[in-house]
Amino acid sequence: MKLITHNMLTSNIIKGVTKGYPLGIIPRKVEVKDVDYNPEFLARMIPNMDWSAVCKAAKDVGHDEGLPKEIAPNFTENDEFLKAAHHVLLEIDVVEGDLVCPETGRKFPVSNGVPNMLLKEEEA
Amino acid sequence: MAHSVMKLKELESYLQDVDGFEKPKILLEQYPTTPHIAACMLHTMHTRYDDLHDKLVADLGCGCGVLTIGAAMMGCGYVLGIDVDDTALEICARNLEEFEISNVDLLQQDVNIIGSGVRMHKVVDTVIMNPPFGTKHNQGIDMIFLQNALGMARTAVYSLHKTATREHIQKKAAEWGVDIEVVAELRFDLANTYKFHKKKSVDIEVDFIRFSHPRGKLKNR
Repeated sequence: MKLITHNMLTSNIIKGVTKGYPLGIIPRKVEVKDVDYNPEFLARMIPNMDWSAVCKAAKDVGHDEGLPKEIAPNFTENDEFLKAAHHVLLEIDVVEGDLVCPETGRKFPVSNGVPNMLLKEEEA
Repeated sequence: MAHSVMKLKELESYLQDVDGFEKPKILLEQYPTTPHIAACMLHTMHTRYDDLHDKLVADLGCGCGVLTIGAAMMGCGYVLGIDVDDTALEICARNLEEFEISNVDLLQQDVNIIGSGVRMHKVVDTVIMNPPFGTKHNQGIDMIFLQNALGMARTAVYSLHKTATREHIQKKAAEWGVDIEVVAELRFDLANTYKFHKKKSVDIEVDFIRFSHPRGKLKNR
């Protein structure tokens, strides 16, 4: 699971959970994988990211060093920022671990890189 | 277009190497999108509408990943493949590894409840899907997929629906305030996917549809 994916996930599918965001990450195995740098794509999608959630997730997985705390104002032309965003959003990969609902503590397992957000019938 | 476009035939021949379901599950209507249909769909999305290149794409009910992999090959920035079934996701992950595709993530999630479950409202550019037709035990599931897809997509949703349901879908699209364009009429050969298909091959007529949000009318999250 890449952190771009984590940025989109919430646990508000659970009955009674209102926001469920962002999910905490308990990492057990994190890998760094090469992904082609695509500045056009990054410039397009960064405004839709919740950057504080990106920073928190990066901290949870121990890859927040040197990560800008806020989106740079001129980010579309800021290569340094885009490269940092590229690395944190697309190259950090949580292979094994748990995602944790911030309201209930319910854990969603990540195995082989795939988060399992399925609920039991009584939870939905 | 400035960037190079993968040729239709080339894409189709790559997609022939995507492994499909070993044991399709009837309840989930796991019939595969053929390499030919997948390639035609993706090629059209790219050349006619520029909805793939550098875009953020989600594939709802990705199955073994033929559309996900094809979309990545057509230059998507990132693709999120979502499926409820772990067997499908395992095969899909294996396919991604074999194709050495690294800008794709997979998510196990029930697409029926995804509209509320993912902080995804208008967060992807394009949604692609080959939804269950909702004809067996889950009538209406195609419309639930569609509604959730429209919630997630900023620009367009590409989907396949039985031609017999076209009028109903047009009515729903008008209700929801989205534009609808039947891009192509296809014949789907469900060639003995399941045991209850007694005939050798079952051709059904399917519409390849592009749904889009009218410009300037995008609802706020």
